[in-house]
Amino acid sequence: MRTFNYRRRKLVDQLMRGLSALATGCAVIPLIAIIGYVLTIGSGAISWSFFTDIYQPPSNAPEPTAEAPEVAYDPNDPFANLTVEPEAGTTGSTEDVTNVYNAAPRGGVLHGILGTLTIAGIGLLFALPIGIFAGIYLSEFRNERFATVVRFCCDVLSGSPSIVAGVTIYVLVVLQTQQFSAVAGSMALAILMIPIVTRTTEEMLKLVPETMREAARGLGAPTWYSTFTVVLPAALPGIVTGVMLAFARGAGETAPLILTVLGSNIITTDIFKPMAALPLLTYRYTESPYPGENTQAWGAAFVLMMLVLLMNILVRIATRKSGGNSR
Amino acid sequence: MSAVVLQELTPFYGARQAVKPVNMTLASNQITAIIGPSGCGKSTVLRCLNRMHETIPGAYAKGTVMLGAQNIYAPDIDPTMIRISVGMVFQQPVALRTRNVYENVAVGLRLQGMSNRADLDAAVERALRSAVLWDEVKDVLNKPGTALSGGQQQRLSIARALAIQPEVLLLDEPASALDPIATASIEELLMTLKSRLTIVIVTHSMQQAARISDETAVFMVDVGAGQSIGELVEKGDTTQVFTQPVDPRTESYISGRVG
Repeated sequence: MRTFNYRRRKLVDQLMRGLSALATGCAVIPLIAIIGYVLTIGSGAISWSFFTDIYQPPSNAPEPTAEAPEVAYDPNDPFANLTVEPEAGTTGSTEDVTNVYNAAPRGGVLHGILGTLTIAGIGLLFALPIGIFAGIYLSEFRNERFATVVRFCCDVLSGSPSIVAGVTIYVLVVLQTQQFSAVAGSMALAILMIPIVTRTTEEMLKLVPETMREAARGLGAPTWYSTFTVVLPAALPGIVTGVMLAFARGAGETAPLILTVLGSNIITTDIFKPMAALPLLTYRYTESPYPGENTQAWGAAFVLMMLVLLMNILVRIATRKSGGNSR
Repeated sequence: MSAVVLQELTPFYGARQAVKPVNMTLASNQITAIIGPSGCGKSTVLRCLNRMHETIPGAYAKGTVMLGAQNIYAPDIDPTMIRISVGMVFQQPVALRTRNVYENVAVGLRLQGMSNRADLDAAVERALRSAVLWDEVKDVLNKPGTALSGGQQQRLSIARALAIQPEVLLLDEPASALDPIATASIEELLMTLKSRLTIVIVTHSMQQAARISDETAVFMVDVGAGQSIGELVEKGDTTQVFTQPVDPRTESYISGRVG
């Protein structure tokens, strides 16, 4: 039997395989490092009250008892509870200040969790109809010249820095209404989400075999009918992935939120007022002089990551169940 | 049932003329086979018969196609309406994703506004029986259509086309993706359907054309003036076309010298 250069080919094959594995490893290392680092440091801040409590100013006083008076809710002054009242029995001496400085972190990020879900959720509500319909247009009418223009604009938009979206909404909405608000933040996030939803919808619809469109058209179905009842359902799992990507992108954005929602220390339900968000808390706690709050920054980042992951899993389970059976 | 009459039908892809003007009559309650080598325009002509040709960007057709007394290329005709009367089955079996067997058949009925459960049930069963698929799928109507075998999926596609009760059924190489046993079942099915329908089938298999068709149309590629163009060279009784072809090009094609 002739073997040609079998030995050499096998060697090259192994070499290439090794190089590919190495490159994959290099790509995964940062990911694992980030998750691991956030997890190790962030978990120090995690406790039950971290999920159930809102912001508490640093203090060395004992935890407030159950009868502690509620902080009066004033939506126009979201940082009212930042004021550190002298605790009973303290004198304001240097020793006291040092004790406060070194105090264990208190309070939680519930207001941030709810705020992120609200802001990113409303942003998705803005982005979904626009993005999906635009994606349908790009895929089903792909040969029109306008589609090429839209596609190009979409790519430019998805590549533009998020702060630009923030500044735009700051000028167009916040300055006009003289009001930082959650809904302004949602608009800024929607600007960032739209290109993602549009392009994934388009790509996923393109993957649906042309034969399915032909079959529907062959029955006398107009384009809109075949698109909405045949093509769109077939592409749904992929589109959901795109929507989740968009949500994750929106939930993690910080820069546009600084300029639009401002932040808050309390739970707000009024979407026309400033609101808290996990990335904002991460940012603020990182800048804080208190070591306890620095730890909480990691905690907030950890919660944000888990939140996006959880949403991902839930949506996947939901779409898997609803797919396939329509009778 | 009405015959389909092609008068000077000339399909184009953009500026390129695909086929020389076609004149022929496709008799009702018969199976007409269209055969010919690749690129001769046989599928293009078939797709003109329910105006599917023009769904390809830039494609259009000149001439007239009479379906009974109606010219389907008349300017006031909505192409989607034509496709209800003239059904089509494609080369690749199509089981619509995310739809079960039942909904795969019901989709055309729902499109026409049928929503009464009992009516739908009856129509779906009738279509599946016509497509000789009912006995195989009656217990799995809730399963995804994609779970069926290739041959079953093709009969499912035929059932879907039959459900809306077309007058004409166009089939574009319906068996070329199937094994011989599935092919035989499709052919048998077509033989039973021709009492109710005008059937036109494009096929690469001359044996298939000889087996099932009553009439055969032969298309050829004419390579002249720098570009190839399809052309109808002969149409007649299948036995006559295969035993005593009039055109010498037909003879060399069916005897295997060309194509």
